[in-house]
Parts: sequence; C-alpha cells; structure tokens
Amino acid sequence: MKRIALAVAAAATMALGSIGTAHAQAKEQFFPILSYRVGPYGANGQSLFGGMIDYLQYVNMKGGVNGVMMTWEECETEYNNAKGVECYERLKGKAGANSAPVFPLSTGISYALIDKSAADKIPLAMVGYGRTDAVDGSVFPFAFTMVGTYQMQATAIVKYLKDQNKGSLAGKKIAYMYHDSAYGKEPIVALEAEARVNKFELVQIPVAHPGNEQGAQWLKVRQERPDYVIFWGWGVMNQTALKAAQKVGFPREKMIGSWWAGSEEDTVPAGEAAKGYMSATWNVAGKDVPLVADIEKVVYGAGKGNLSDKSKLGSILYNRGVSYGILAVEAIRKAQDKYGKGKTMTGEQIAWALENLDLNDARLKALGATGLLPPIKTSCEDHEGSGKVKLQQWDGSKWVVKTDWIDGNRQLVHPLFKASAAQFAKDKGITPRDCKKAM
Amino acid sequence: MLYREAGQFKTSFAEDMQIFPIRQDRIAIGLLLAFAFLGVPLFASEYWFSAILIPFLIFALAALGLNILTGYCGQLSLGTAAFMAVGAYAAYNFQLRVEGIPILVSFLLAGFTAAAVGVLFGLPSLRIKGFYLAVATLAAQFFIVWVLTKFPWLSNNSSSGVISAQKIQILGFSFDTPVSKYLLVLGIVVVMALAAKNLARSGTGRAWMAVRDMDVAAQVIGIPLMHTKLTAFAVSSFYCGVAGALYAFCYLGSVEPDGFNLDLSFRILFMVIIGGVGSVLGSFLGAAFILLLPIFLDSTLQPAAQAIGLPFSNATVSHIQFMVFGALIMFFLIVEPHGLTRLWQITKEKLRLWPFPH
Repeated sequence: MKRIALAVAAAATMALGSIGTAHAQAKEQFFPILSYRVGPYGANGQSLFGGMIDYLQYVNMKGGVNGVMMTWEECETEYNNAKGVECYERLKGKAGANSAPVFPLSTGISYALIDKSAADKIPLAMVGYGRTDAVDGSVFPFAFTMVGTYQMQATAIVKYLKDQNKGSLAGKKIAYMYHDSAYGKEPIVALEAEARVNKFELVQIPVAHPGNEQGAQWLKVRQERPDYVIFWGWGVMNQTALKAAQKVGFPREKMIGSWWAGSEEDTVPAGEAAKGYMSATWNVAGKDVPLVADIEKVVYGAGKGNLSDKSKLGSILYNRGVSYGILAVEAIRKAQDKYGKGKTMTGEQIAWALENLDLNDARLKALGATGLLPPIKTSCEDHEGSGKVKLQQWDGSKWVVKTDWIDGNRQLVHPLFKASAAQFAKDKGITPRDCKKAM
Repeated sequence: MLYREAGQFKTSFAEDMQIFPIRQDRIAIGLLLAFAFLGVPLFASEYWFSAILIPFLIFALAALGLNILTGYCGQLSLGTAAFMAVGAYAAYNFQLRVEGIPILVSFLLAGFTAAAVGVLFGLPSLRIKGFYLAVATLAAQFFIVWVLTKFPWLSNNSSSGVISAQKIQILGFSFDTPVSKYLLVLGIVVVMALAAKNLARSGTGRAWMAVRDMDVAAQVIGIPLMHTKLTAFAVSSFYCGVAGALYAFCYLGSVEPDGFNLDLSFRILFMVIIGGVGSVLGSFLGAAFILLLPIFLDSTLQPAAQAIGLPFSNATVSHIQFMVFGALIMFFLIVEPHGLTRLWQITKEKLRLWPFPH
C-alpha cells in the first residue's frame, strides 16, 4: 500500500517538476508565494496576497523590470508552520537559484525558514513581522525584517501617547493586551524598558490563540482601569476585543492596536464597537494613492485582477500587499542595476539589493506611492531601514490617518536586537560578517 | 505464487516466534530498509527529505507512541502533542545547559523527561476510564503548553518564546544537510520501532493488551493495573518525547509552544485510528496517509483542474482538498474500521492462497 502510494506520489511530483522547470527560463523572475487564503487568517491573506500579486501583474503589464517578467506560483500554507515548510521546499525546487524574495507573512513560518533560507541563499523578507533581531544583517545575511519591527512600533506608540500627555507618562497605567505567541511577546521587552524610562505602570494581559473569548481579560481591564490599552491582536481576536471593550465600556479612543490589528477586516465585523479605535500602521489605506488607482485602472480594467471581491481594493491589507510587491520589485531593479539589466537575478544578488535598498521620497513619487509607505534605506547593520509608523483612527467607515510618520525609539530598541542576534550567532555557531567589508 | 510459505519449516521455538515468520516478509523488509538507508539518499531530492520523508518518520514515531498507549493498552489520550513539546523543550534545555552533552543523550533524556511527565498525567487513569480519561489528558495538553509559555526560563528567556534548536553534532560529524538529518531520524525511528514491536510481544505488551481487553479480568489473573497502565504511559510518552525532540531538531529547527496544540494531538490520533489501532505498521501507514495525502492532493488537483479548464483558484483547491480528504477518511473507516493495517493483512492472507484460493 505504502509503496504504491509513494510510487504514485513520486510519479505525480515528477510530472509536476517537469511543468515547473518551464517557468525558470531566462527573462523571468520567479516568486515563490506562500499564501494563505483559507483557515483562520484566510480573509487577511486574500487582501495581502491579492495586493502583492496585483502589483506584480501591474509591473508585467508595464513591461516588467527592464523586460524581465515576474512569474509566480502560490502554495497554500493555511498559516500552518509545517505546511509552510512543505510549500517552501516545493516552490524552492521550482525557483532554483533565481528566486525572488519569499514573504511568508507568518511569524511562525518565518522562524522555521530562517536557517533554511540562509542555507539556500534565498532572501526571506519579513516585512512588519518575523524574527526581529534579523535587523542585524551581520548575523542574518538572508533575512530581512524590513520597514518596521514590533519593538520599534511599540515604542512609537508609547511616544505618541507621551505626546498626547504633554510629554510625560509618569504615573499612568498602560495595559498591554497581546496574542500569546511569538508575535505578541516580542514587544514586551521594549515596553518594559519604556515603562522604566517613562515611569508608567505596565500591565500585561495575554490572550490565548485564537482569542475568540476574552471575557476574563476585559474583566481584568475593568479592574485595573488602565489609561490606555496597547493591543497586539491578529485575526479574529481583534473584532472580539473591540466588541468586548464596548461591553465593559472601555473607550475605544484609548485603545491602540498594532499594524496587524488595524485593518478593515478587524473593524468592519465589529461594527459600531470599532468607532474611534486607533491603530499603528506603516502603510495607509485608500485608493487616493496614485499607484493603487492606477492598478485598479490597468490591472482590473484588463480583467486580470487577483481579488474576487473588488471592494477590498485600497484596504489597509491590500495596500500593504502592494507595498510588499514594491519592495520586492524595487530590490530586483536595484540588483539589475548592479548585476546586469534585463537579466534574471539570483537570490544572492537580490539579497544584496535588499540590503542596499534606498527607497527615498523621489523614488516613491516616481512609483506613484508617495505616502503609501515610509522611505526606506537599508544597510548591512540595519535591515529594518525605517521603523516609522503612522497612527490612524477608524471613523466608523474608513481609516483616517491622524499623525505623520512617528519614529520608534531606536537608541533603546536596536541594542536589544544586537544583543539578541549575537546570542543567536553564539548558539548556532555563526561567525557574523563584517559589515564594513560587505558592500 | 511468490508469496508462499510451503517448505519453510520451523525447527525451533525461536524461529516460530520471530517477528517475521515468513521468509518473503523478511526479504521484503530487508530490501525496504536497504532502500530507505541506501537507495533513498541517492535518488530523493531535498524537497522529499525536508518536506515529506523527515516529517513522515517523525510523525510515525509519535503515532507509534500514541499507539502503545491507546492501541495496546487501551487508554485514550489527547495529550500527544504536549508530550512532544516536553521532549522538544527538554532536549533544547539539556543541550543549552549541560556543557558538552552529546545530542543523542539529550534526545534520550528528553524522552525520559517526557516519560516522567507522562506518568504524572497517567495517574488519573487508575481511577477513570474511556472518555473521562481523554478529558484528563486534555488537561495535560493545555497545562503543558501553558507552562512552556508561562515560564520564560524554559525557552531561555527568548523574547518571543520561540526556541531555535542547536546544531546536531555526533562524534564530530555535523548533521546539517537534509540527507544526513533524514538518515539520523531514520536510524532512530527504525531502532525504536523494532523496540516497540518487541515490547508489544513481550510480557509487558501482553499485560497491556490484557488490560485493554478487560481490566477487571486482567487484575483477576494477577496483572498489577497501576504498574501496567503507568508503564504504558511512560513508554508512550518516551516515544512522543523523542519524536518531539526530532521535530524540533531535525524538522522545523525552531518551535514555539503554540505549535504543539490540540490540533496536532488530534492529527496523531487520526493517524493511529486510520492506520490501525494496536499495530506498529499501522502507525507508519496512518502517518503516511494523513501526511502525504493532502500534499498529494494539493499537487495534483491544481494541474488536473487546469488540464480540464476549470478556473480554480488556490483557495478553491484547498477547500476541495479538505473535502476529498474528509471523504477518503470516511471511506476508509467504513470499508475497513480496523484501519489500513487490516487491509494489508487481508491482502497478505489472500496473497498466500493466490492464485488457488480454497
């Protein structure tokens, strides 16, 4: 039985393999896309991956990157680590050495891929999630925690709160309610440090996955009476929290979510309960970004759009997906500038480009993406490249941006990354690169 | 024709009692092992090692662990994933905190730690049975994951709670390629499967089965219930613990407590049920079925849909895969409630008579 099944499976994979190799010809850049469109976070995945794929399609319809066309294949991970690894291995075989960056969009899967991607020399882009100490490129040459990390975001939120309170948070009480996983736990170190510096009291309230029952946690909020709740939720946990906050009468204006707790997918299902809720974000919503409007016209005009539900166009997560596309394509462009225009780039060359990316205001303007995402300049020491967020508020029907870019507390946070990365290098026996020698 | 035992005479008790009494079986298993150790490393690609073969072997080991408890001793458990988590975290901590400890010793100690925890959560089995015991082991599932999340010491104060498995080095040779990891896992699994098979045929195994079939009767004929049930819990957890350590060190490389959730426990339970309750072979067949079938469906449905021109999106394919998978599970359970092992046994019976059945 087993042997027959194996034989059949082997035959099938071989057949698939032969189809797959047809992709990897010259003049094409293959994207292994580990997507999730079903499962608990499927709704988020549809917008995120829809946006990213639409942008790749848009680039192709505009003639590719110096004539190199973007190709891609999706593999469904269901946000499950083991399936993510399987998908990665499957698509890696098709990409060969010429792989575009992988965006797992799951902290768990990113962690599982850190060692593998370094061994395979495939850049692993963790934009706004993932292993945060990968900011230190000397230890993590192929992992890119780009744009922002949770720690920087948390300190930026604290900075915003401080500004709201005339520059001092002394004597205030801030509750930190979080998804009890790697994602929710990472900011704690930074928040604790901020609490010491700014003399506010930090109350930690974990919520177990998936977080669709939060009665006890909000009871605790009621007992503790914090001045603010910093909220690190994801998926179904977010709308549940908003409804629960309404039930216990905690003002939504004093509840500030992370960028994974601040999308239409979170607020719309919560209905009236979401009105006034604040969240951080590193990309803005809306179709008034020229690029997003153009994608709608060009890609959807030609009937090649990826979203089945067009109303998600211009949503926070869709625009974030577009931003992922921009980062990947700009890295490919940068790599081509150095290693030869109109050629397919290897993973190693793209990793170099991701490390030397300079997405400044002028370039963003040329792309029609002004204000969509912050300017990004990465280097070997700093894979993050920005660390800025905006604060936005839900007005009952759409997200309204409330602030300009707020920078996180780099002096506080980056040494933590450095120490953590050094520990990782020691545990794994990695000799860090010398960033001065890296080009 | 080929599968005939005519002319094979047993002349000693040992020969009569061996694991594979039929010569053809011994040859087949020998060939299979030779193929697994020598042939597979030559032919298989990295994808096969990292995404299919290594997880298959590790889950088969975990299923084997659960099969010892549920299949042989009749004690239903829903805490398998938690015992795996104990193994994974224990191995990590032994490597981290004991200077220069060999990795295999860590795996062994991880197994013993899991066994100790297993015995602790096995204690209720002395008083409660069946579904009630399942609920008690469910407590283990949640409690252990909670402990691993709650006490940062266990994950070396990692800010994210995720542990990254250390490098595997045995006698100066480092196991860092998929092939070498596969061979390491295969070696451990083969040894442990052989041990399980022999344990099941020994006095201990017979005592387990007596307790499974009727515990009062077993007690009457002089089998100590407490000792028997707790050894089953200990051995089962030992297997799960080693599987968990391998899961962290040889498969994913980094794990978090949430990864060892109830969902994983259920998957392993399904492997046991589909493969065959109370059978070593069943654990392997079940693991193959539960693990490989979704991957197989995943990689064939999409091209098949394209070939006949159906506009299936990735999400639709995933949904269809769930449905087909569910339907197949039901089909197998209806056609053969005793699992894939029973199908295999029936095939063997028929083969022995073929082509001239009575």
